[in-house]
Amino acid sequence: MSKQEEIFNAESYEKMELLRFTTAGSVDDGKSTLIGRLLYDSKSIFEDQMEAVKTSSERRGDENINLALVTDGLKSEREQGITIDVAYRYFSTPKRKFIIADTPGHIQYTRNMVTGASTANLAIILVDARHGVVEQTKRHSLIASLLGIPHVVICINKMDLVDWSEESFNQIKNDYKQFASKLNVKDVNFIPISALLGDNVVNESENMNWYKGSTLMYHLENVHIANDHNHIDSRFPVQTVIRPHSDEYHDYRGYAGRVAGGIFKKGDDITVLPSGFTSKIKEVETAGTPLEEAYSPMSITMTLEDNIDVSRGDMIVRTGNMPEISQDIDAMVCWMDEKNPIRINGKYTLIHTSRNCRCIIKEVVYKMDVNNLHKLEDDKEIRLNDIGRIRLRTTQPIFFDAYNRNRITGSFILVDEASNVTVGACMIRS
Amino acid sequence: MSYTINHLSELEAEAIFVMREVAAQFEKPAILFSGGKDSILLTHLAKKAFFPAKIPFPLVHIDTGHNFTETIEFRDYLVKTLDAKLIVGSVQEAIDKGLAIEEKGANASRNVAQIPALLKAIEDHQFDALMGGARRDEEKARAKERFFSHRDEFGQWDPKNQRPELWNIFNGKKHFGEHFRVFPISNWTELDVWQYIAKENIELPKTYYSHVRPCVERNGTILAVTEHVQPREGEEVKDMRIRFRTMGDATITGAYKSDADTIEKIIQEVAAARETERGNRADDKRSETAMEDRKKEGYF
Repeated sequence: MSKQEEIFNAESYEKMELLRFTTAGSVDDGKSTLIGRLLYDSKSIFEDQMEAVKTSSERRGDENINLALVTDGLKSEREQGITIDVAYRYFSTPKRKFIIADTPGHIQYTRNMVTGASTANLAIILVDARHGVVEQTKRHSLIASLLGIPHVVICINKMDLVDWSEESFNQIKNDYKQFASKLNVKDVNFIPISALLGDNVVNESENMNWYKGSTLMYHLENVHIANDHNHIDSRFPVQTVIRPHSDEYHDYRGYAGRVAGGIFKKGDDITVLPSGFTSKIKEVETAGTPLEEAYSPMSITMTLEDNIDVSRGDMIVRTGNMPEISQDIDAMVCWMDEKNPIRINGKYTLIHTSRNCRCIIKEVVYKMDVNNLHKLEDDKEIRLNDIGRIRLRTTQPIFFDAYNRNRITGSFILVDEASNVTVGACMIRS
Repeated sequence: MSYTINHLSELEAEAIFVMREVAAQFEKPAILFSGGKDSILLTHLAKKAFFPAKIPFPLVHIDTGHNFTETIEFRDYLVKTLDAKLIVGSVQEAIDKGLAIEEKGANASRNVAQIPALLKAIEDHQFDALMGGARRDEEKARAKERFFSHRDEFGQWDPKNQRPELWNIFNGKKHFGEHFRVFPISNWTELDVWQYIAKENIELPKTYYSHVRPCVERNGTILAVTEHVQPREGEEVKDMRIRFRTMGDATITGAYKSDADTIEKIIQEVAAARETERGNRADDKRSETAMEDRKKEGYF
């Protein structure tokens, strides 16, 4: 029986969880081989895809079937043999469904890595066992830390090329731990692998008996992700108001949105921001079916006991647990504009949850050297792919939590007012 | 108590979130309705997203004139059930008016001719957002597609110049004349779609289930004999037990030999499948980047 058949036959899919992970890497570090191996060993590459990859490999004159071609989609990427954009890949095992955000690893694609990392539960960082912790390892770790990815797996790859040496593995592990003490990553695991030969990817290695930990696949299937969402601070940004205007639902006013934090249930005392009006929750429902409780990342409709004014951009919170409310924001930014650097005193549109307003950049506090975490206080020009700390002021107050407390209410984007392009990804500091 | 939801609920929550953003951010949004299971799924999700209100989007169908009869019958039935508005863009009309050119030759199709008909419908009705049922797992160019995909005033997709999409923040800002294509079920796989259809008991056209009908085999693909597909010299018409995994034009949609006549059997079949569902679509086989090329021009 194939793995895919088991997924159905086990009837486990009712309990299957979704895990989103990101992989960053560049040419030759084995990232494509690793993804190819995960897809192949979980039987997620279809025959016609394999056939297409074989044909292209032959056309390009590659000696073996080039698994990198499974992951490269756009014409220019195939021509140049590199990944430019974020590509999303899917596979499942009987336990979990996985979404891979596959991103390029070079410094000029930092913004793509940030994009892929923004929704990930877990990051896989590949380290070449021959080279140990290098600049790229540090850069990828910084991004994972900055974007608040809860789980990081350091895959020490190409163990076959260092004679499966435990000493090499431990050396790299220690070097990494020393460097990572400066970062904010809660859960780090180290796995020695050979993506090429398959050791410790899906199947346990026979070459490294000294390693007692789990394989990468086992870890992906079992890492505890239930606490990745904030279930403490109740936050409900209103997306839209549902008013049916029908005879049956004449006075119905439902507030539609996705829970961004905490737990909401019938009878809870709530406060609406910015108005400050208070009420009680009458019902929490999905498509007319009442729910006992609603929590992130559920999309729900909420009705209130009182007929108060609530519209898109408002936030419903539990009375007694307020977010921060301010017009002055201190945030880390990753700049994404190809044409212009960030403009001090420049005005941008800010999009935060379901709320839009304008803002003005007051100050660049520092720029960060993404390769070594140094703060550059003399060079404050933030250009494409740069990461730095900024202060800005908004036209209206926004309701937020620190990013390290809530990734939804703690993040916002900046949009160029002339081109409408997304130019900045921001994380609010505590 | 563990506060988690399963993968289908999470995908549903994500799709509903995206649809509500579309309703809130755009003036004239619509659902591109092909008659296939993915667009039927979209209408179901829209119904859940806005309940108890009616779905706030009309359905736009770009009719090639080469449809299966069952597709059109089901479309009309669904529109009535949803009490939705249907807008039909006709490829035949686009060809008659000289906006599109009918392909000639043995393997001609109206697939590419849909583009001008679609762009005309967008201009005529001034739609500023069109939701489609495309999924990233379907095809390699689609793997790089955003949820909110920006199109310029010519309806073109520029894959190298896509807006970064971070967290759950969707930037639908645009200039006059530009529009967005939005893909709420981007993260679903074929198996997810079928599991969800089973869970929610969603009604589909009969063509998705195993049935017997006259077919011919052409270049290794099984085609149903219809008004638009007639046997050629040397081709033998045989009654075959088949079903369709996707529903495109009758001229290009290959059938699969199958006994799966219930949704449970289909899920088992999909789970065991060794070919992608578009593996039998002649439109994708034209070249390695056939989909990317069409998308750049304004295809779905």
